Amino acid sequence: MIQKKPPEEFRLIYKNVDVDGYTIDIDCYRKHDGYKILEKAIKEKPEDLRQEVLNSGVRGRGGAGFPTGMKWKFVDRKSGKPIYVVCNADESEPGTYKDRQIIYKDPHQLIEGIMISAFANNAAQAFIYIRGEFINGARILERAIDEARKAGFVGKNICGSEYSCEIAICRGAGAYICGEETGLIESLEGKRGYPRIKPPYFPAVLGLYQCPTIVNNVETFCHVKHVIDRGGEEYAKIGIKGDSGTHIWGVSGHVQRPGYYELEAGSCTFGDLLYGLCGGPLPGRKFKALIPGGSSTKILRFGERFEGKLPDGTPFDWAVEDIPLDANSIGLCGTFLGTGGSIVMDDSTDMLEALANLNAFYGHESCGQCTPCREGSLWLQKMTGRMCSGSAREEDVPLLKDIADQVAGRTICAHGEAVAWPVQSAVPKFKDEYLEKIKNQASGQRFNPAGYPLI
Amino acid sequence: MNLSAETLEKIDATIAQFPQKRSATLPILHLIQEELGHLSLETQEWVAEKLGVQPIQIREVVTFYPMYREEPIGKVHVKVCRTLSCALSGAYKTCEKLEEKLNCKRGKTSADGNYTIEFVECIACCGSAPVVQVDDKLYENVKPEGAEELAEEIKKMAAAEATNAAETPQPQTPAYFG
Repeated sequence: MIQKKPPEEFRLIYKNVDVDGYTIDIDCYRKHDGYKILEKAIKEKPEDLRQEVLNSGVRGRGGAGFPTGMKWKFVDRKSGKPIYVVCNADESEPGTYKDRQIIYKDPHQLIEGIMISAFANNAAQAFIYIRGEFINGARILERAIDEARKAGFVGKNICGSEYSCEIAICRGAGAYICGEETGLIESLEGKRGYPRIKPPYFPAVLGLYQCPTIVNNVETFCHVKHVIDRGGEEYAKIGIKGDSGTHIWGVSGHVQRPGYYELEAGSCTFGDLLYGLCGGPLPGRKFKALIPGGSSTKILRFGERFEGKLPDGTPFDWAVEDIPLDANSIGLCGTFLGTGGSIVMDDSTDMLEALANLNAFYGHESCGQCTPCREGSLWLQKMTGRMCSGSAREEDVPLLKDIADQVAGRTICAHGEAVAWPVQSAVPKFKDEYLEKIKNQASGQRFNPAGYPLI
Repeated sequence: MNLSAETLEKIDATIAQFPQKRSATLPILHLIQEELGHLSLETQEWVAEKLGVQPIQIREVVTFYPMYREEPIGKVHVKVCRTLSCALSGAYKTCEKLEEKLNCKRGKTSADGNYTIEFVECIACCGSAPVVQVDDKLYENVKPEGAEELAEEIKKMAAAEATNAAETPQPQTPAYFG
């Protein structure tokens, strides 16, 4: 399905991103009604604000998509311990670069979102855990926090009220696992980013310093700001039931116009996004595969069809291009919306090299704490590496999937699934290509003369 | 230890930001590495004492996180993203080109000590792939055919770094890590 007219973007979070003349200064932010919503929120009761977030149905934008209001509801408010709010700015899922735009181009929006959330949860201290490579991003946030503190939006007596809350920044140091919320908490405590076992370490009860802790993604905090602005029920009218609001699609790889596009949930399809907004495949090429929401989400193959029934009983029969862009529909096709970081591959791509590239990533990033992930991820990495270098056997292809099956569901954190899902989805869908490559290599032929090497 | 007064001041301010001292571990290690270039064992002991923890608790952090280094590197640190979006746009070729132009293999420091080139995992700028981070500056859309231009810029950076180093008086006192 090729759309001639691209769909309309619905810019809520990215309203000011890349707008001519918009700067990161607090003056510019305030000129665009910045901090008005915090001023409004601080006059309300925290429990009412939490109810609005619950009513909005807004889901976390860090990848897992857990309802934010529900996450806040689990917080232990009776323990008497301090409650902490942590912003997860450790954006490291390959394909995902949406939080970067907020941090670098609209930092005050994030700070306002954090302060509203901190007030709503009676927290006296907030943290931003930002990935180590965002050196300038951390500087931008530090400067923005200073500006906000001077203007009375951070620190003591926020907006002239009784409420006080500080924000501290901690820069990570290049470990992907610190994006996992309990790994992040460990790192924020100054340790290795080893994820904790859940239960009992649900951050809402036993988080940072064993105190109740809320960990939300950068984009999620920005959504909270818009929820409070519009009211939960009004906000819930954007998007669809079960997936309210907008999603930012960060498209990369083989499209004419890679970039980020903010769209109302469920308002259009992958076809509209990839052909309409992203301009379709590169000249002379055809789309081959799509990783929809960050590299750990299951891969889709152009040409395959997805059949089933929608929750209301209506049957559907979609190609990749027909899948509506919302969490529910994407879930019905056996994959996930994740972070919306879509990686597109065209017919020049060697799918075995692509898998080897991902396996190298997950092998490198396994924290090594638990055996199935530590051993499994490296095994997969070595196997696909060997298959690309021409010393593989045909039986290695089913073995790949067997190993992935043994890793998924057997680890402390979801890194085990992240390791397994690319393999579990790619092997059945591209099995013939893998076998052909192994056969061709055995007879001295190179499979992929067109694309760049991926490993 | 030969840390500037400014860095020492920043370290104290960082510790004061956190409810527990140990939380300042990562930010402090960054501050020291930015000034000294790497984190020697003595430095790690100094940090441990500063934060009131055992040296091994700092060492396990230094060895866990890829951005911390225990050995010195070149004057200019070139990090080429090799993860999927960048690789699809030619990152492996870009890296080869940089290696050739800077006469330095990936994972190594050039013989003249000017450059260190590394392959790194995703640096979250996938829409403008391939990306290369040179020290703290990000270069987007560094296609293999444009890598030569970047290599020239990197050479200028190393030359400027050498000039700065010659002008800055080096500390004379021996390092002390009590």
